Order: sequence, then C-alpha cells, then structure tokens
Amino acid sequence: MQPKVQIKGIREGLLVTLGDGEWPDIRAAFLEHIAQQGDFLRGGKLAVDVGNHALNAVELGGLRDVLSERGLSLWAVLANSPKTVQTAQALGLATRLSKPIPERAQKLPETRLYDGEGAVLVKRTLRSGYSLEHPGHVVVIGDVNPGAEIVAGGDVVVWGHLRGVVHAGAEGDEHAVVCALDLSPTQLRIAGQIALSPQRRGKTQPEVAKLQNGQVIAEVWNPKDR
Amino acid sequence: MAAKVVTVTSGKGGVGKTTATANLAAALAADGDKVVCVDTDIGLRNLDVVLGLENRIVYDLVDVIEGRCRLRQAMIRDKRLPELHLIPAAQTRDKSAVSPSDMVRLCDELRSECDWILIDSPAGIERGFRNAVAPADVVIVITNPEVSAVRDADRIIGLVEAEEKGPARLVINRLRPEMVKRGDMLGIDDILELLAVDLIGVIPEDENVVTSTNRGMPISLDGKTKAGQAFRNIARRLKGEEVPFLNLEEQGGFLGRLARMIRPGGD
Repeated sequence: MQPKVQIKGIREGLLVTLGDGEWPDIRAAFLEHIAQQGDFLRGGKLAVDVGNHALNAVELGGLRDVLSERGLSLWAVLANSPKTVQTAQALGLATRLSKPIPERAQKLPETRLYDGEGAVLVKRTLRSGYSLEHPGHVVVIGDVNPGAEIVAGGDVVVWGHLRGVVHAGAEGDEHAVVCALDLSPTQLRIAGQIALSPQRRGKTQPEVAKLQNGQVIAEVWNPKDR
Repeated sequence: MAAKVVTVTSGKGGVGKTTATANLAAALAADGDKVVCVDTDIGLRNLDVVLGLENRIVYDLVDVIEGRCRLRQAMIRDKRLPELHLIPAAQTRDKSAVSPSDMVRLCDELRSECDWILIDSPAGIERGFRNAVAPADVVIVITNPEVSAVRDADRIIGLVEAEEKGPARLVINRLRPEMVKRGDMLGIDDILELLAVDLIGVIPEDENVVTSTNRGMPISLDGKTKAGQAFRNIARRLKGEEVPFLNLEEQGGFLGRLARMIRPGGD
C-alpha cells in the first residue's frame, strides 16, 4: 500500500495527515516529503494527525526530535489511539487543535454519566505540567501534584494527595463532586464556581467537595452519614 | 570499558546542576575512574569555570559535532586529576547547534573510552534539556528545598519518565537542617513525599561551595567540608555502594554526626 502524506495550512500552522500502513514506512515517507519541500517549511509549526497508529514515547519523541533537527516544531499530535494520545500528553504535546476537527470529533457516550460509564482510571502520579481532560469521570490512583491539572465533565476521585488544579463538572454539571484522600488542591472548580483550599489544620483525612447553594464546600468523608 | 552516561538536570536554574556535575566528576575521577564531563549549556557555559579549566579551551562540543575537530582534541584534561576530562560547550552559539541524536552519537563514541560520562544540562525543558537527556542511562534531578525548585523538579521527573529513561534519582542541594528544624524550610521527607523518587544524596548548605566554585577547585576534593563529603557519598552511591544517609533527626545534631563521621580518617 502506498503510504500517504498530506500537508495543508491551518490557522495554527501546518496540519500533516498520515495514512495507514507500517509506521516505519509512513515515517520515512513523511520525512522524505519534508525533505522535498526543502527550506519552504523551515520554522513551521506542525500538527500531525497520525490516524490509527499506536505510538510509544520513543517513536513519538524520536519524530519530534527529527523534526526539530529539520527546523520544524511539532506542537500537536492528533490520534485515534488512546495510547498515542497519552504518549503525546506525557511528552507535553497538544492532542487537539483549538477547534476540534469535526470528522475526528471523539465519539462520547451520549448518556448522562452517572452510571459509571465513561470514566477513566489513571493509575499513576500526575506530575507538574500534566493535563488530563476527560468528558466523563476521572479516577486517579496516585497523587496529583501541584502544577498538574484535571478537567473532567463528571466527578473526580483521587486516591492520594490532590494538590494540583481540578475542575469537576467542567461542562456545567453542578452535581459533580471531587473526593480525595487529601483534598488540598491549588484551586478547585465545580461547574462555574471556583474555590481555593484553606490552610490545612490538623491531620489530613478524606474529604468530598461539592456545590451547595452555589458555593463550593468541602466536608470530611464520614461513612456514617451515608 | 563501557561508560555509564549520567545526566544532571533540574528544570529550574541556579539550583546547582553545574556544581554537582563538577563535584561528582571530580569525586569519581579521584577514585581512579575515567570520567568525561560534557557541558551541554551551549551559549551559557559554566562547567569549565567551575572546574577551573576555562583558559584551556581550544575546541568545544559544537566543533566536534560540526566536524571541525576530532573528539579527542576537544577533551580537556583536568589539571589536578589525570582521569578527568571536560568537553566544554560553545559560548558563541545556541542550543539548536546540537540535536539529541548528535548527543547520542557523541556519547556512543565516548563510551568505549571511559567509565563515566557526566552531562551537565541547561535549565529549562526545551531543546537543551532534550539534548542532555537523550543519551542518558541515569538521570539525576537536582533540587533545592524550595517550593519553586521542587515544582520544576516534579515537571522534569515527569518528562524524564515520558522519555522512558527509567526512574530519575534525586539530589537535594543546599539543605539547612536548622531551618528545617524550625519549620522554615521544606524537609527531606516533605520533598520525597511529593516527588516520590529515589533519593541519592543530600548536600547541606555550605559556604565553602561558593569559595571552591569561584576558585575552580571542586569541593569534593577537599577532605574536610560537609558538602564535599556529601558529594563523595553520592559518587559512591552511583557506583552501586550502599552508603548510609546523614540522619538529620538524630540527637546531637547534624554537625556533630558529620564531624564524627569525618574525624576517624574519613569514612
């Protein structure tokens, strides 16, 4: 199969769409395409749509480095594979253009997300600079460090320290809650409300933050209440 | 010989990357290992100054990569330690003069000739950082007990994990035990709790570091200072030895314990 590479100009720079096939072939075709363009592309900002390819950190990081050697900066990677999206995020690359491309709009569960559907489970610590956006619920087993960010359409549960920025109910769901074993976020948002953590006194205990009368309140998780 | 490539990085500037690189290199070389330091802070080079080798530079890293000289010609031998060599950064260029794959090639060429390649990374998370980390077998992240430095270290550790370089190892630099005791400074436990990585050393704040840096004489070669001892301990841990950490909580205080450790003819 003939690997296909398409380059077109978009508002944010250039969008490269790579076809299906073996990754080494596609990659070679892509680099050859760039070489043919010579200095014309130099200094350009590239967004690359890798389609269905599942790429690991070495492949994606390698592509970024090779491009940067050719004077091109890779700033975004669009992909259908969740693995590639995760890798790109871990490498600090954007994973969508400011305006999502219609034909690649993620297919999300249409239902209201109360029944546990559409949740992601992240089993690691989110470090500074990591941004996790998900239209459903987010569950983290690990810490969310200062400088990391979670934006969820539904609830956010952190089994660990929550010290970064968290936004639950980002699409306006006022019933969304945020729970953490240690709830001390830099900033906590639920739907349209913003709250800052008060200075902690005493020992840490699991807490739940929710909206009550339009105000964010945090209360200690007390199993007896439930 | 197959050298281990160790990259020292931090994210934030001014926390002691260059000082740590110089001192670890000196400690390893004083132990008889063959060490090559590579300064990748192109445009803002410092390692040559800290090692006191500034006036011996003829060729630099960019000259090697652009083929203006052979690797050997750019390796400056230290004036005190015959096993210690430096490949200085270029001062008149910028980070884009070198690429990550250039660094990998350079280190592969060096590997057969020495035991350790220590890479001094520039501050930041851009090209210079990627150049420094690309060839690394071990990444040492250095931080100060300050919220801003720890935040940057966290980011760097995340990026190192993303590059699949294995777990980073942490050095806490410029710790002041008496301030930690008063609750005015982040303690080791606070930092480790946040960063959740392996600690490989703690360097206490020590005025002698400034003096030695200015004189171009690595403090790890000075038998008496606390900081020098701490750097030598890190070098030994890098070599796989089990060296106990200096316990700050212990009664009698940090100084007393250190003095006890150093007095019976070093340890």
